[in-house]
Amino acid sequence: MNRKETGVLDYSDGMEIIRSEIMEKVLTAMNQYDYRLYTERDVEKALRKEKLTIDDYGAILSPAAGKYLEHMARKAQAQTRKYFGNSVSLFTPLYIANFCENECTYCGFKATNRIQRAVLSLDEAEKELKAIAATGLEEILLLTGESRFKSDVEYIGEVVKLAAKHFSTVGIEIYPVNTDEYAYLHECGADFVAVYQETYNIQKYEQVHLWGSKRSFPYRFHAQERALLGGMRGVSFGALLGLDDFRKDAFAAGLHAYYIQKKYPHAEINFSVPRLRPYINNREKNPSGHVGERELLQVMLAYRLFMPFAGITISTRERAKFRDHVIGLAATKISAGVRVTVGGYFDEQKGDHQFEIADRRTVAEIHDMIISRGLQPVYTDYIRV
Amino acid sequence: MHDPLIIGGHKFKSRFILGSGKFSLELISAAIEHAEAEMITVALRRANPGGKENILDYIPKHVTLLPNTSGARTAEEAVRIARLSRELGCGDFIKLEVIRDSKYLLPDNYETAKATEILAKEGFIVMPYMYPDLYAARDMVNAGAAAVMPLGAPIGSNRGLLTKEFIQILVDEIDLPIIVDAGIGRPSQACEAMELGVDAIMANTAIATSGDVALMAKAFKHAIEAGRAAYLAGLGRVLESGAEASSPLTGFLEE
Repeated sequence: MNRKETGVLDYSDGMEIIRSEIMEKVLTAMNQYDYRLYTERDVEKALRKEKLTIDDYGAILSPAAGKYLEHMARKAQAQTRKYFGNSVSLFTPLYIANFCENECTYCGFKATNRIQRAVLSLDEAEKELKAIAATGLEEILLLTGESRFKSDVEYIGEVVKLAAKHFSTVGIEIYPVNTDEYAYLHECGADFVAVYQETYNIQKYEQVHLWGSKRSFPYRFHAQERALLGGMRGVSFGALLGLDDFRKDAFAAGLHAYYIQKKYPHAEINFSVPRLRPYINNREKNPSGHVGERELLQVMLAYRLFMPFAGITISTRERAKFRDHVIGLAATKISAGVRVTVGGYFDEQKGDHQFEIADRRTVAEIHDMIISRGLQPVYTDYIRV
Repeated sequence: MHDPLIIGGHKFKSRFILGSGKFSLELISAAIEHAEAEMITVALRRANPGGKENILDYIPKHVTLLPNTSGARTAEEAVRIARLSRELGCGDFIKLEVIRDSKYLLPDNYETAKATEILAKEGFIVMPYMYPDLYAARDMVNAGAAAVMPLGAPIGSNRGLLTKEFIQILVDEIDLPIIVDAGIGRPSQACEAMELGVDAIMANTAIATSGDVALMAKAFKHAIEAGRAAYLAGLGRVLESGAEASSPLTGFLEE
């Protein structure tokens, strides 16, 4: 494989091109977004409103909003209650493969990393699924590394079919595929698709995605839209916060979701908030890439206030106390009893993990925590008809 | 006072229908008890028979289940959910919800009327959730609805009777029970709706997210009863300033 063989804006052979104006709208708005221009007055004005404009959203993501975090939290909690009541949904991820054909500088799964790689056989996958179902969970997220070669759509479809036998809700977090392939996976039993853009800054995207099909920025960008065109019910958005300027990336991710919902009003919208952990002296050396818990919470609250009806997922990459406090405040979905290795619920893990887990609590422990916070664990919130 | 609410041939003493979707499950029975509600909605998508936190396990047996089709985006999906509900033993009542907008959660009257027709023919007691539009309400009647459930304000908004004038038109023109569903945020708003002549109130968010679920359930019960009594009694005369001329304009008439 040659390094940098394709341009970041190119499509490779077989990649479907759809007509969509959304990418241009999002990138134009992001490029014009200068968060340093917002003042405390802009933030106060935004927080007085019931419905935020795009400009208000920009204000509450700005550094000027930093001192209004408590105010934002109170407003966000009220909105979360209004739209979701006391409900907090539970799910768990299952990695079915970790082969990857991409070289992404920040990722543990990247092609050149010498880690233990694996693909679960269908038999192994079913055992894992049964073991997860036995914990009472009804929602599963199936994940692969981004290798069409080692984990093709047909294989993923077979695992989705098995998952649909044991779970009421099946989501997939796989490499982006074409509309007809999303339609096929939907037919197999998947209804929700997560694709994260990592960064919306094309220059940065090009720098960190050295080679592999993931290098095509627009093909990845249009994944949610293809998923919806393929009949999927909901799509998830997110940027890997801290990879580039996190405020601009969060702004873009929010707008991406906003324009998709506007174009496909029936689509269920969800956000995830993965971040790169700050390192020592990061805040001083790299303020726009420093995402501590304060900054992470600001992004979550901003998503909630801008799109109060959208789901927000909080992963086990965050510590228990942080997770416990953001549910009901902004987050509406929490993973429990998580393994991020390939397999590992039923059998010994077959392949290495992508990242470290900070919260190892079981489903029962997360359940009890949710109850203790006066909230309601929801295992199923979906009927496939 | 004997003043039952009759829906699809079933009589209810209470005119308060409780929603359940936003509750902590363990609080539902207290809310039912204090509300003295006889009917409760349940989202079928939350039913988890044999599984954890199955909402059906938290509903007392003496209460009539009103399963809803939330999650349905088309008439076809709603019909399938309704049939599934019946198969699960949830009875013949169905609160029809067809929503194709994840942002506002406003009902699609057209799809709802289509589903009403199909389900009514299959013997369901269909209670469509709808935007209060007179033509659409007539369509629901013709399609075989057992009641209509117009929204007072966007769902979960607690804004009260924003659609008051239009609900009044339905009260005046539609010969089915009119149940205000969605938007009622406080007991006084429930009372106001009942004074208009609405037949019953459905509420969820306002009670589920209040500081004291049981007490708020009770407050709603009293407000609904008060509003109903006021409607039956006939509201008293309200003097408008300047309206009572001292020398009547028709005083010149000899007879």
